[in-house]
Amino acid sequence: MKLIFEHSVDGRQCSILPTCDVELTPMPDIMKRTVPPRLPELSEIDVTRHYTALCKRAHGVNCGFYPLGSCTMKYNPRVDEEIAALPQFTGIHPLAPLYSVKGCLEVLELSKKYLCSITGMDDMTLQPAAGAHGEFTGLLLIKSYHVARGDFKRTKIIVPDSAHGTNPASAAMCGFSIVSVPSNDEGCVDLDALKSVLDYEVAGLMLTNPNTVGIFDKNILEITDLVHQFGGLVYYDGANLNAIMGVVRPGDMGFDVIHINLHKTFSTPHGGGGPGSGPVGCKEFLKGFLPSCAISNASTSLQVKSFYGNFLVIIKALSYIMTLGAQGVREASQNAVLNANYLMHCLKGTFTPAYNRTCMHEFVLGLDSFKEQTGVTALDVAKSLIDEGMHPPTMYFPLIVHEALMFEPTETESKETLDEAAEILKTLYRRAFDDAESMKTAPHCAAISRPDEVLAARQPVLKYDF
Amino acid sequence: MGSYVPSTQSQRQEMLKALDINSYDELYCDVPESVKLKDLLDLPKGKSELEVVRDMTAIAEKNVLFRTILRGAGAYDHYIPAIVKSIPQKEEFLTAYTPYQAEMSQGILQSIFEYQTMIAELTGMDIANASVYDGASAAAEALAMCRDRKRSVSLISLSSHPDAVKTMETYCFASNNQLKTISCKGGRTDISILESLLTDDVSAVYVQQPNFFGIFEDIDAIAQCVHKAGAMLIVGCNPIALAIMKTPSQCGADIVVGEGQPLGMPIAFGGPYLGFMATTAKNMRKLPGRIVGQTVDHDGNTAYVLTLQAREQHIRREKASSNICSNQALCALTAAVYMSTMGADGMKQAAEQSMSKAHYLQRELCKLPNVELRYEQPYFDEFLLDMPKIDQILSSLERKGILGGLPFDDGVLWCVTEKVGKDMLDLVVATCKEVLQA
Repeated sequence: MKLIFEHSVDGRQCSILPTCDVELTPMPDIMKRTVPPRLPELSEIDVTRHYTALCKRAHGVNCGFYPLGSCTMKYNPRVDEEIAALPQFTGIHPLAPLYSVKGCLEVLELSKKYLCSITGMDDMTLQPAAGAHGEFTGLLLIKSYHVARGDFKRTKIIVPDSAHGTNPASAAMCGFSIVSVPSNDEGCVDLDALKSVLDYEVAGLMLTNPNTVGIFDKNILEITDLVHQFGGLVYYDGANLNAIMGVVRPGDMGFDVIHINLHKTFSTPHGGGGPGSGPVGCKEFLKGFLPSCAISNASTSLQVKSFYGNFLVIIKALSYIMTLGAQGVREASQNAVLNANYLMHCLKGTFTPAYNRTCMHEFVLGLDSFKEQTGVTALDVAKSLIDEGMHPPTMYFPLIVHEALMFEPTETESKETLDEAAEILKTLYRRAFDDAESMKTAPHCAAISRPDEVLAARQPVLKYDF
Repeated sequence: MGSYVPSTQSQRQEMLKALDINSYDELYCDVPESVKLKDLLDLPKGKSELEVVRDMTAIAEKNVLFRTILRGAGAYDHYIPAIVKSIPQKEEFLTAYTPYQAEMSQGILQSIFEYQTMIAELTGMDIANASVYDGASAAAEALAMCRDRKRSVSLISLSSHPDAVKTMETYCFASNNQLKTISCKGGRTDISILESLLTDDVSAVYVQQPNFFGIFEDIDAIAQCVHKAGAMLIVGCNPIALAIMKTPSQCGADIVVGEGQPLGMPIAFGGPYLGFMATTAKNMRKLPGRIVGQTVDHDGNTAYVLTLQAREQHIRREKASSNICSNQALCALTAAVYMSTMGADGMKQAAEQSMSKAHYLQRELCKLPNVELRYEQPYFDEFLLDMPKIDQILSSLERKGILGGLPFDDGVLWCVTEKVGKDMLDLVVATCKEVLQA
């Protein structure tokens, strides 16, 4: 398919602006741009057809099943888009006088209140723009807390080996050294291993519970207690919050700081990779370190981006919470867990779960022995799913499971969709024994066949060659 | 109560039965009883879609929507063509995630590749990434790109947006790196102070163009000093100005970042916006965030993939160049649609009209008694005025549905975009005149 630049015709344009009604002030010669940017010259119909064609080569939740583990690809209610597009929200300047932004402030206050209630936290900032940004902010709270107490020796953050890559990366950005703790046979924190790395140099522990293999760590109270005994704080990675809303709260499990992914748990669209929103909640004693906005509050100590956060994303999450209410929030989590367990159950006798027990909102298959028997890899299965119109699960994560495929169906998929997905997976399982070759070359019906990623990295072509 | 769970009650029972359990509670067998919630969460009851629309609209109506906005300071009210609002709402773009599965995501990947090309063109740089959170965090990420063992000190000009300054300070506090600020003289970066701060441990210098006061910095001169001292120059740019302004690349910038909001995003009480980042080919492997590259598929067809992933957190973990995962993809798409719709000529018009109208308003206001331009320097579409009766002037304007400039440092920082007509600017001048003569 052509690039948008290849549709460009010299002299073609859209008619958008009127002619200037004041005297032209020219750019001073010394400041003038000499060569204009080579942007495409198009009419509106060229623009809309090009992007419509791109749409046909993309897959969103609205196109079909999207069980991408750890990403919570649930349905994004259309009404939330409509509410976020109200001109009385989109047309408000972030530095308008306070009396004129009461509605915006109410959105922020209500969102904080509801999110604190769901997570068991005392206060919250809505400034971080995404989950990893929230991790960075939350760890800064931990760092600021220790520094404010004059405790400068706390230089280490403990991260389980099953953690998302963002956890160690965020800790490194906060100047911490990372101590990795191994998981036990159940994919949970190995208590003895944890005890062996705990000391008074530990600033904190980062944990997601349920963890990345989709299991709720039943030793959670002991874990948070142990870290506290050594004066460390405990950070909750909210990536998997969709499993436990209304059932148990991180704040009650001993967590001091938490981030939430509004674009996962609270159903705001992922937008092809953002904008998300990663609010950070904390317990009372950390409130004073929460970031704010320098231009409207000069005394702020921390700030992680401009203004107050991805406001329109926050509106969508708030509308979603208001729609569901106390019961609906719990219903969402319960059914996310039910759907995951049901899909895992339906696969019995074919692919083997990495941990054969009740899971939370997601589960991981380990295709190690399947690969030995058939030569077909987790990647081949994933690529074969594409031909079936289903988005593949997360592949090769978490790192502690070999040939991992991680499924997170979410609560917004019906029993029929799960049954159908199970049938597709079973068919592929059988095909691997009869016709492994066709799976190794899959997909066959997609926009492209498998791309050469090595070439892309070795000889990077990162823009159009005019 | 609203619900998006499609399975009926009887289907849910069927599924529980298949699992050989009777209740949801049994699914949560690993949760310690002592912390399991006994009651419902402290949240209001759920509502129907219609009720939520009513309630949220009522909240929205508590805001005052000004028909004319003459305030910028990091959020710019440019005209957004209708098509730029509708295309990003297409569900395939809206409801997809990061294009990890290239075969199923060519549309998203190609749109990012096109966006990268447009940002490279606009800034004059070799390459761009797929976006970061906003202009302030882009500036902070750029500082991190430049550090090495020998050089770890960052210098930033105080003529930059206060939010960007504070964000860079926060990121440097986080990574235990030193940051020093360069003060201003006459509304611009004081180059003699910059020179005195350029020791051999300085890795990078950040300057905003046009700066927070709307004034053009002498980037050529700054680049010369910075490079002489062996450091790198990061320039934070207004993307609309770039349509008519000498590119930072031509001035010698090593990294160009900026707030992409003016490229088709509403001001929306501060977000979501768009951080763009572009740099030289030499710095390619230091660039944070997603990058899309062109390659071929197994059959030799052109294909697009996420590439150079060895920089990223999911591969490198604590050694990654940044922790960024989700970025602002849909905002980048919006910017690409904006740039495609406006074209180079349309963007030039938006830039020229913003600049011309700002100068018209400034000239007219400065004809009023005791109104003066604080800094006599060439500027783009923002300017700082010293004027009496600031509060009364702004209130009078607000009563007429006009949000005036931002009160800042005992003056007013005005901003005019192409959206505002001459008659409206004349009304602003007349209103100011009335207040000043009263």
